[in-house]
Amino acid sequence: MKRLLSGNEAIAYGAWEAGVEVASAYPGTPSTEILEHFARFPGVYAEWAPNEKVALDVAIGAAYAGRRALATMKHVGLNVAADALFYAAMTGAEAGLVIVSADDPSMHSSQNEQDNRQFARFARIPCLEPSDSQEAKDLTVMAFDISEQFDTPVMLRTTTRICHTSTLTEVGTRREQAVRIEKYPRNAKKYVMVPANARKRHPVIEQRILDLADFGERFEANRIEMRSKELGIITTGVSYQYAREVFPDASILKLGMVYPLPGKLIRSFAKNVDKLIVLEELDPFIEEQVRCMGVPLFDPEQRDELAPNTKLIFPMTGELDPAIVRQSAIRAKLIEVPDEKKTQGRIELGMALPGRPPVLCPGCPHRSSLYVLHKMGVPINGDIGCYTLGVTPPLNAIDTCGCMGASIGVAHGAAVAGDKERHFAVLGDSTFFHTGMPALLNVAYNQSNVITIIMDNRITGMTGHQENPGTGRTLQQKETVTIEFEPLVKALGISKVLTVEAYDVELIEKTLKNWVKEDGPAVLITRHGCALLPEERKKWMPLTVIKEKCNGCTICFRIGCPAILKSETMDAKYNRPLAEIDPLMCTGCEICARVCPRDAIPTREQMLAMEV
Amino acid sequence: MGTGKMNFMLVGVGGQGTLLASDILADLGVRLGFDAKKAEIHGMAQRGGSVTSFVRWDKEVFSPIIAKGEVDILLAFESLEALRYLEQLKPGGTLLVNNQEIEPITVKAGDEVYPTSAEFSKAFENTAGKVFHVDGVQLAEKAGNAKTANVAILGALSALLDTPSETWLEVIEAHVPPKAVEVNRKAFLLGREQIEMGGNIFK
Repeated sequence: MKRLLSGNEAIAYGAWEAGVEVASAYPGTPSTEILEHFARFPGVYAEWAPNEKVALDVAIGAAYAGRRALATMKHVGLNVAADALFYAAMTGAEAGLVIVSADDPSMHSSQNEQDNRQFARFARIPCLEPSDSQEAKDLTVMAFDISEQFDTPVMLRTTTRICHTSTLTEVGTRREQAVRIEKYPRNAKKYVMVPANARKRHPVIEQRILDLADFGERFEANRIEMRSKELGIITTGVSYQYAREVFPDASILKLGMVYPLPGKLIRSFAKNVDKLIVLEELDPFIEEQVRCMGVPLFDPEQRDELAPNTKLIFPMTGELDPAIVRQSAIRAKLIEVPDEKKTQGRIELGMALPGRPPVLCPGCPHRSSLYVLHKMGVPINGDIGCYTLGVTPPLNAIDTCGCMGASIGVAHGAAVAGDKERHFAVLGDSTFFHTGMPALLNVAYNQSNVITIIMDNRITGMTGHQENPGTGRTLQQKETVTIEFEPLVKALGISKVLTVEAYDVELIEKTLKNWVKEDGPAVLITRHGCALLPEERKKWMPLTVIKEKCNGCTICFRIGCPAILKSETMDAKYNRPLAEIDPLMCTGCEICARVCPRDAIPTREQMLAMEV
Repeated sequence: MGTGKMNFMLVGVGGQGTLLASDILADLGVRLGFDAKKAEIHGMAQRGGSVTSFVRWDKEVFSPIIAKGEVDILLAFESLEALRYLEQLKPGGTLLVNNQEIEPITVKAGDEVYPTSAEFSKAFENTAGKVFHVDGVQLAEKAGNAKTANVAILGALSALLDTPSETWLEVIEAHVPPKAVEVNRKAFLLGREQIEMGGNIFK
């Protein structure tokens, strides 16, 4: 029976159906739910690894051991895992190995917009791309078969729109692996990539990609849908859906495998249509290769020369949608403006609206240290996680943010460059485990003046509460060791380490102000569970403002808490709005109570005493 | 309004239950024999930001995204978000807005101003087509749990579509925990009643 499944759920079902036994990942939007769903199937092993490189090594290791294995990550995760990707491309494995790269056109929750199909070409591995959840499931199963048939890792490339769209999907039943090796391979020529062996492997993988291109000519997911011969569209992924919607009469060459491309199929399709175009998101990945094949594409501007990295019709940046595709097609004179659109006009609001940016939640334990750092006016090298939201006013507390784990290295770089301000690196618990640890080791080893704040909220927060080495639980909910930060940081060579309650804004301020006067690296661990964790929710208790004591000094507004409002009541002396607390949003974290100079906000204890 | 091909857009603020409502609406489409697709964006939007999703019903649905100006029914869980996405409606499209105002941090911080009720009325009226209001939170509280506001809003929507309550309730039941079925059923029926009675029962 068909039912609605998201692309991510469908990939999990596909992996299950394909007999995958081991899956490893680091959470990252839009890929996270794949492993969350896969982990629930009976008899499989699924884990969160500290980062994507480790996850991919784990999957490679399982595939060397003859078990079908899966590694999933967001697009930028593959940058971290690239080292592993390239040696796995050289070695192949003893069982199917599939890497899911979930790209994020339009950067709904990412720092850049890279097109990871380029990675498949770079590493010489095949890349499959689904157009809906059914294909996501089907292509996942096929990816494992291709991986084994050609002894290669296979990339399944999806995008946010595929991952987080639900479409009707038929799932199959588990197929246990047919063949399994009896003994772990001792095959140095294939698995030990010393130069002498690697040099022999390189021609093998170049031949493999030619064989795969040949396979692609007959691959069932590469298919021609002939309709009118006036316009032919080569397309893939979610763009296929836009092609069907905007060009209902056009013929389509739909590619389920976008690397390597099937040259003969493309040429024969080109011969059968009058005009040929390519419709794809982001890079001109297919478009450039088709041009390289000498197959002419329709250029509305009939340019004699093309600048490098040019797309002929559709935009190179951002997600496509039917409106963008239609507008590009109208500009290229491929279609006309429909008559009813000419006359009907559009709804236009004609007024500016207040924005609704994402913010740190009420009760967020990151708020206190970001507030203190902003107050100190120091340069703050940030990282990837909820605390990046500290960049927004009124906290304005992040000066740089590049990629996972970058904070500490970037701060160290400024310090060794002789920047005269003292640099602070801020990152979360999961990000510290991910790639912060080697950077802190570098700070200790090379003794820079960087002060690092590890905001330990006991969970991987931004992606929606995934376990990590600090939580004492695994993805499959097994009890495990809890990695403690203080001994870990000390073992990395930092002797000045202190763990504080994250809500204790006074202690954080006092400590950091003392530390800036002293030389040498230091690490402050601010510890409190994310306010949205179930065990923290149980402790929520809204605070209130004592109007008689508040004089509207605005200090509590500066912590940027969505639960603190400007009330309608004005202070009689200064004519400033008094503070007010939204009882439905306040968790009772007391940061506002601690910064209030007039004790106008009672603490939880004082509130309880008042009730008695 | 019949239940033929439909383009729904749901908009609200993180935490209002728009995603569950989208799930229910997409499943209802399947139950009615349509192909259906539901698209949403996760991630940063969950931190108090604006949340949107698309649900499409048709014989065969291609794009999961609805092009600007092609939304049949805009289901707004919050007034400001209704305004923000009004331009997504097709000319003559229907707006169903939940009477709830949630000030964004930009307004709370005093940097920007929340629109006035006159501005809301004017903007809603200027959008051709029909505008319906529902008091989701109050109805949900009346039903017994403020968290069922999203289902009360679906109840209001059901009165605009030619689909029996029983079909809706079967789908809703499949999406909520067993102990919450009754309160959601009440919320749904109260929402439906408010639109059927054609008025605002709280004002």
